[in-house]
Amino acid sequence: MTLDFGLMLDKMPEILSGLWVTLWMWVVSTILGAALGFLVATARRYGPAAVNWFLKLCVEILRGTPFLVQLFLLYFGGPFVGLRLEPVPAGLIGLTIYASAYFSEIFRAGFQAVPRGHVEAAECVGLSRTQILRRIIAPEMTMLVLPQCVNMAIILIKETAILSIITVPEMTMVIGAIGSQQYAFVDAMFLLAIFYWVLVEICGFLGRLAEARLSKFRFAVS
Amino acid sequence: MSFRLFELMLWAAGYTVVLSAISIAIGLIIGLLVCAAKLSSARALSLPATLFISFFRGVPLLVQLLLIYNLLPAVGIMVPSVVAAVVGLSLCTAAYQAENLRGGFNSVPRGLIEAADMVGLSPWQQLTRIRAPIALRLTLPALVNEAILILKASSLVSVVGVIELTRMAQNLAASTYKPLLFYAVAGGFYLVICWTVAGGGALAERLTKAGRA
Repeated sequence: MTLDFGLMLDKMPEILSGLWVTLWMWVVSTILGAALGFLVATARRYGPAAVNWFLKLCVEILRGTPFLVQLFLLYFGGPFVGLRLEPVPAGLIGLTIYASAYFSEIFRAGFQAVPRGHVEAAECVGLSRTQILRRIIAPEMTMLVLPQCVNMAIILIKETAILSIITVPEMTMVIGAIGSQQYAFVDAMFLLAIFYWVLVEICGFLGRLAEARLSKFRFAVS
Repeated sequence: MSFRLFELMLWAAGYTVVLSAISIAIGLIIGLLVCAAKLSSARALSLPATLFISFFRGVPLLVQLLLIYNLLPAVGIMVPSVVAAVVGLSLCTAAYQAENLRGGFNSVPRGLIEAADMVGLSPWQQLTRIRAPIALRLTLPALVNEAILILKASSLVSVVGVIELTRMAQNLAASTYKPLLFYAVAGGFYLVICWTVAGGGALAERLTKAGRA
């Protein structure tokens, strides 16, 4: 059951295309999910109570159900309410909505964690509202939420593997299919596991690098 | 949805709960061992523990499950798919729980250990009477969180053919041609289970004053 790496090399274009699908779907859903999550967190903080209540319910439902079930509901249930989606858009929409629920909680905690006194002090020395937002709240919040955002991005790389179940041609599906064709599924899965492991470690490393660079703001928070 | 089908879904939800509970319990035991190895000063112990934690936290659970499910027969171990599923879930959660426990042990106040030294407790007594109880109490919130994560992650074992809540919903959705209904019901069951665990965890934290040293 040893994997023929010569044959694997022949399949390189397919593997690379799978890697590409994994990477772009991950990056796009992370960015869109973070943006949507920020909007949700802002609406919950500054919007009316009814909006806050409704969004809280949505977030709790998304956080209390498995991503796979959400994806099935969207992909297989969607056509029954007139929402017929191809696998890739369905996966992208599902992953973005799923991510936004978790990101919104991260940003909500971030808003709460900026010390009230810092904003008051900034008002006292005469900074304008935009200056306060740009110079005080934004940098402090970035520093506070960055580790959790990196963590969430890492969780999302791993969630992209689930997209293979609705036949999105990403890494898990492509390498799994090659493994089945060559009767070397276990070897293919080992290879796949190492791919993800390296990807996650790189992401974690870059995250720690970014944290170190941004830590000049840290003294302001603690 | 007829009552008979609802009963099937309810049974599958129970299966999901049992499957997850067993995996979390086994994972806690393995996690304690991995945590002990990781905290050890011997590199021969701490290095494998670090690799174990890094691997099982760095690879998607779906890939781990597919790997274990296909690896066991390939090396001559014939077990039902549910055993492979429990092995996969346990190993994955063990890595996360080991990290949580490590955080707990590292947060035991230094002064308490010094005080235990002063009154002449042996290292074993210090571990069983002071460090372990405090570390476990500190990690209880993280453990509840992990339990909820595993309950949701257990939906992935449907892929290796275990008939739990998600797989049951899939089967019934296919045979009745009502995916919207059955996936929504499955989601509802997951919500009830997760909220119950979260509520029970919050209660337990209040009663044991968990999360504080």
